Amino acid sequence: MDSGLIIEKLVLVAIIFSISLLIAMYATYFERKVAAWFQDRIGPDRAGPFGILQPLADGVKMFMKEDFIPSHSDKWLFILGPGISMFTSLITSAIIPWGEDLTIFGNTVALQVADFNIGILFIMGVLSVGIYGIMIGGWASNNKYSLFGAIRASSQMISYELAMGVSVITIVMMTGSLSLKDIVQDQHGMNWNIFYQPVCFIVFFVCALAETNRAPFDLPECESELIGGYHTEYSSMKLGFFLFAEYVSMFISSAIIAILFFGGYNFPGMDYFSGNALAILSIIAFFTKIFFFIFVFMWIRWTLPRFRFDQLMHLGWKSLIPIALINLLITGLVIALNKGWF
Amino acid sequence: MQSLSNRKKVVSDKPMNFMEKIYLPAILGGMWITFKHLFRKNNTVKYPEEQRVFAPVYRGMHVLKRDEQGRENCTACGLCAVACPAEAITMEAAERVKGEENLYREEKYAATYDINMLRCIFCGLCEEACPKEAIFLTDRIVPSEFEREDFLFGKDKLVEPMNARIDVTKRQHTGQRGTK
Repeated sequence: MDSGLIIEKLVLVAIIFSISLLIAMYATYFERKVAAWFQDRIGPDRAGPFGILQPLADGVKMFMKEDFIPSHSDKWLFILGPGISMFTSLITSAIIPWGEDLTIFGNTVALQVADFNIGILFIMGVLSVGIYGIMIGGWASNNKYSLFGAIRASSQMISYELAMGVSVITIVMMTGSLSLKDIVQDQHGMNWNIFYQPVCFIVFFVCALAETNRAPFDLPECESELIGGYHTEYSSMKLGFFLFAEYVSMFISSAIIAILFFGGYNFPGMDYFSGNALAILSIIAFFTKIFFFIFVFMWIRWTLPRFRFDQLMHLGWKSLIPIALINLLITGLVIALNKGWF
Repeated sequence: MQSLSNRKKVVSDKPMNFMEKIYLPAILGGMWITFKHLFRKNNTVKYPEEQRVFAPVYRGMHVLKRDEQGRENCTACGLCAVACPAEAITMEAAERVKGEENLYREEKYAATYDINMLRCIFCGLCEEACPKEAIFLTDRIVPSEFEREDFLFGKDKLVEPMNARIDVTKRQHTGQRGTK
């Protein structure tokens, strides 16, 4: 491998890393703003104009707080938990195709850190590892509420990952590839998967809400019953990491929803552009979609009340998995008929 | 029984039909309601910059009134301290000496007069108990402080200054002197 490629990828990694963190930072600000708008309030407006320095103030507050480790906790696992959460949320951004190829100084730069041929499997795998952060954190706290939160998180994850996997398989069957780049290129222009697979989209979206522990599926951290769930015992920046990881994974989930169902960086009328103009417009299109879905995530959070745990399990096992399986079956039949296999 | 409010609803647990079972219409309806709230006027009063208009009988920070000639009304009788259910008021009485007639209205006055604003529940019983129309609650807000000691308001904060008299004529307990 030549050194130019390594430098190119390192720069790309640094940019994507900082963009993910920046967006997650401002997602916390917009979460509070959106909540305020939905509740006829103004929201944070004291730190800087319109309160845009609020995330910095929050960060400073988190750092200044006492970093407390309970004496009965398993110290190393306690520290490891938030780290795993943050690491796994960030690592998925590596395989997301952010736009069409960019040409810089005569070099073609692919706006994707790594184009795995099994990209979507990688994402499912990393998402499953992500739950270990919550589980280990909850377990190491040595607190019954934390443990309850961790148990809820893991059972929720198991129930919803199945339906999510099946709906992803449906998309993979339509595309014929596991690579995210291929999935995006297959939806060229306005040929988005949402028009072919609306049911699949709904199943995937509900599962994405559950996987990111967002309302109405935020049972692992439900304040009214579990004090704070898995992060009851956490304080200072360790708590900040847990909360921040949620926003990073919200950003990544929005990106994946946009890739699988809304054409990724494709936009209608993209054939009229070429070269760097196309690349930049495609990046803008992709981020517009991501921001829209982040807004929808927040919109849902400030609209719906939390599910009861039995309702959550009922929805996962008895509704979403059968729907996803039937959808998979019908899609398979239609593909087989189209290819004339019967 | 007959419903008095006409808003009574009979609760039923009939099984949900298909549209209710898939939740989606209800969820979209709820999201539409919250979406409409995006464009509503907000109700926030940005406190330090703008202040809500209080009723004239609002029970806020206390004032120790002076009479028309600027003499303190309070005679340190202690009825307010007795009436206070939170025991927030303490005072020390002193006798007026010659030459102080322009400062204190009667022969006895309060040398110190403290209200602990952290104890006070702003019930207004001191105002009701006062026979000399000396203490009133006003429509001012007790300012926030960082230390507990700063909430012990003495005469320096309670007695109204001569150059900024505080109007209490709209309150319920103001009457002509002696008729209350």
